[in-house]
Amino acid sequence: MVDRAEFSSYYGRPVIKAPSWSAQDIAGYFFLGGLAGAGSVLAAGAQLTGRPGMARVLKTTSALAIAGSGALLVHDLGRPSRFANMLRVFKPTSPMSVGSWLLTGYAPLAGLAAVLNRAGRLPRVGAAATAGAAVVGPAIATYTAVLAADTAVPAWHDAYRELPAVFAASALTAASGAALLGSPYSETGPARAAALLATTTELALVRGMRKRLGPVAEPYEQGRGGRCMHAAEVLTGVGAAAAACSPFLPPPARRPTAAAAGLALLAASACTRFGVFHAGVASAEDPVYTVGPQRERLEERRRAAEAAAKNGGTSPGADPSVPPSGGDTAG
Amino acid sequence: MDRSADLLYGPEPDPAGDAGHPDPPPRVGFFTDTTVCIGCKACEVACKEWNAIPEDGLSLTGMSYDNTGGLGASTWRHVAFIEQSRPVAAPAAGGPSPDGHEGHGHSPHGHAGQEPAGSAGTAVEAAPVAGGPPAPDGRTELRWLMSSDVCKHCTHAACLDVCPTGALFRTEFGTVVVQEDVCNGCGYCVPACPYGVIEQRPDDGRAFKCTMCYDRLGDGMEPACAKACPTDSIQFGPLDELRERAALRVEQLHDLGVPEARLYGHDPDDGVGGDGAFFLLMDEPEVYGLPPDPVVTTRDLPDMWRHAARAAVGLLGAAALAFAATATGKGPR
Ligand code: SF4
Ligand code: SF4
Ligand code: SF4
Repeated sequence: MVDRAEFSSYYGRPVIKAPSWSAQDIAGYFFLGGLAGAGSVLAAGAQLTGRPGMARVLKTTSALAIAGSGALLVHDLGRPSRFANMLRVFKPTSPMSVGSWLLTGYAPLAGLAAVLNRAGRLPRVGAAATAGAAVVGPAIATYTAVLAADTAVPAWHDAYRELPAVFAASALTAASGAALLGSPYSETGPARAAALLATTTELALVRGMRKRLGPVAEPYEQGRGGRCMHAAEVLTGVGAAAAACSPFLPPPARRPTAAAAGLALLAASACTRFGVFHAGVASAEDPVYTVGPQRERLEERRRAAEAAAKNGGTSPGADPSVPPSGGDTAG
Repeated sequence: MDRSADLLYGPEPDPAGDAGHPDPPPRVGFFTDTTVCIGCKACEVACKEWNAIPEDGLSLTGMSYDNTGGLGASTWRHVAFIEQSRPVAAPAAGGPSPDGHEGHGHSPHGHAGQEPAGSAGTAVEAAPVAGGPPAPDGRTELRWLMSSDVCKHCTHAACLDVCPTGALFRTEFGTVVVQEDVCNGCGYCVPACPYGVIEQRPDDGRAFKCTMCYDRLGDGMEPACAKACPTDSIQFGPLDELRERAALRVEQLHDLGVPEARLYGHDPDDGVGGDGAFFLLMDEPEVYGLPPDPVVTTRDLPDMWRHAARAAVGLLGAAALAFAATATGKGPR
C-alpha cells in the first residue's frame, strides 16, 4: 500500500504525463510483436526437427502478426507517411528508433518465410528467411519492454529489470498457444513443452516483479491493470493445465483440448500486455506513484548522509549524498 | 570512463558542445525566483502571444487563481497558485532538513482533497517574509505561493533521448527544442519527460513545448516571458551566472529568517544533470506539482538493453529446451 497521508501534490494533479497512446494500438502492438517474434523461433525449431505442420502454422501467424502490429503502429501515428520519419535516423538512445529498424529488418524475413512456405518454392531461400526471422524474432519480442520501461512512468520504469523477461515469456506463451491451436496434434509436443516453460516462468516473474516494486505494484493489482493481470494469470493456468493434460486424454479429445489450451494461452498473453499497459497509465495518472518513491529515495539519502556524518565525523562539510563532481575522472 | 554513459547521466558542463555544436555560446537558462512572483500571469500571456500558441480551452478549475491547470502542448508557461492555510511560519530552525516535517500538513489539497488531520496545527509563529509573498501582519492564516513553471531544458533531456525521429534537438544555446516539421507524432517524448512538460496537440498529434524563444535568442533578445515579467521573478541569462545569483539569493533569504527557501533543479549532480530552468521554492517541490527527485529515464537504458538481451537469449534457450525435451522423449509426448 502506498502511504497517502504523508504525501502532497498540486491539487492531486499528475506530475508526469501519461502516454496518449491508445491501449488497443500499443498493447495490441506489444502482443502481436511478441506472438510474431517468438513464433519465428518456434517455426525454425519445427522446421529443423521435421514438423512441417507446426512450421507452416507459425510462419503464417508470425507474418500476419507482424503485419498487424505494423498496421496498429501506423494507426497510432495517424498517417502512414509518418512512419517514414522513424527511419530518418538511427538513435540507440531511443528504443522506438531501434525497434523501427528491427521491425524493418524482421518483417520482410517473416513475410518471405511464410510466403515461400505456402507457395512451396525456393526452399533454400525460405530456410534462410526462416533462420533470419528466428534470430531477429527474440529482439522483436523483448524490445517493446524496453520501449515501455524507458519512460518516466513509474510502473514501467521501475520494472525495467523484469519487464523484458516477462515480455519474452509472454511472447512464448502466445506463440506456443498459436502452435497448439493450429498444428496437427502429433507435432505439438514441443509447443506443449514450451507452453509449460513459458507459463511457469511468466507467473514466477510477474510475482517477483510485483514483490520488488512494492507500492508501485499497486496498479498491477488494482483497477483495470489489476483486472487484466488477474485474467492473464487465470488464463495462463488454465491453458498450461489443458496443454499438459491433453496427452493423457482419449485420442479424440486431444486435438480439441490442445486447441482450447492454445486459445487460452493467446488470450493470456494479450491480457498480460493490456495489464502492463493499463498499469503504466494508472501509475502515471496518480501523482502518489511519482512523488512517493522519489520522496522515499530522498529520505533514504538523507538518512545515509546522517549516518555517514555520525560515523565519519572527520570530513567536515562533505555531503556524502552528493557524489564528488570529479568522480568520473578515472579515465 | 565510458563516454556514452557520461552523455546519458551525470554532470555535463557543455551539452551544446557534446551535441556537436562547434564553439557554442554560453548555455543560457531561466532562474525563477518564486518569492517575488505576484501571479500576474504576464509571462503566460507573453508566451502565448509571441509563440502564437492556439487557445486550449477556457475553463474554471477551482484551483485558486490557476485556471490554466498545467503545462502542455499549448501552455508553455504555467503559473501555479497554492493557498496554504497556516500562518507564514518560521519552521523550527536547525532541524536536520526541512524535508523532514514539511512534506505534509500544508498541501493545498492532499491527494483526493484530503487534508491530513492534525498536522496543520504545528506551525509556530507568524514571521514576516522580506521580499517574499504578501506577508500580512499576522492577521491572516493564508500563505499564498505562486510559481511560474516552464520546460526545464534538462541537461539530460529524456524527451530528446527517446525521440526516434530526431525532431527534438539540442540547440547551440544548450536548450531543447522540437522541430515541428520532423516530429511524426509518435508521442514517445510525452511519458519520457520526468516533469510532465511536453505534450501532443490532439488535432494533429505532434508534440509541442517551450523553445525558450529560440527565435528571439537567435536575435540576441531574451525570451518573451522574462521580458514581460514585471518583478524579475523570471530571470534569463547565462546559466552559470544565474546559478551564482540564485545561491546568493537563498543565502540572503536564510539570513532574513526564511529557512524554507530552497533551490530546485540547480544542481548539476541531480538526476537530470541539472535543469536549464531552475527555481527558488518556498516549500517542497511536490507542493508545486514538481517531482521531488527526478531522474532521466535513459540513465538506466544500457541496463535495460542488457536485461532485454538476456531475455532474448532466454527465449531462444527455452525454445531449444522445449524441442530438445521432446526429441529425447523426456517431455510431453
Ligand atoms: S523538462 Fe521534459 S520536455 Fe523539458 S527538456 Fe526536460 S525532459 Fe524535455
Ligand atoms: S512526438 Fe515528435 S518530438 Fe515527441 S518523440 Fe515523437 S517524433 Fe519526437
Ligand atoms: S513570473 Fe512574473 S510575469 Fe509570471 S506571474 Fe509571476 S510575476 Fe507575473
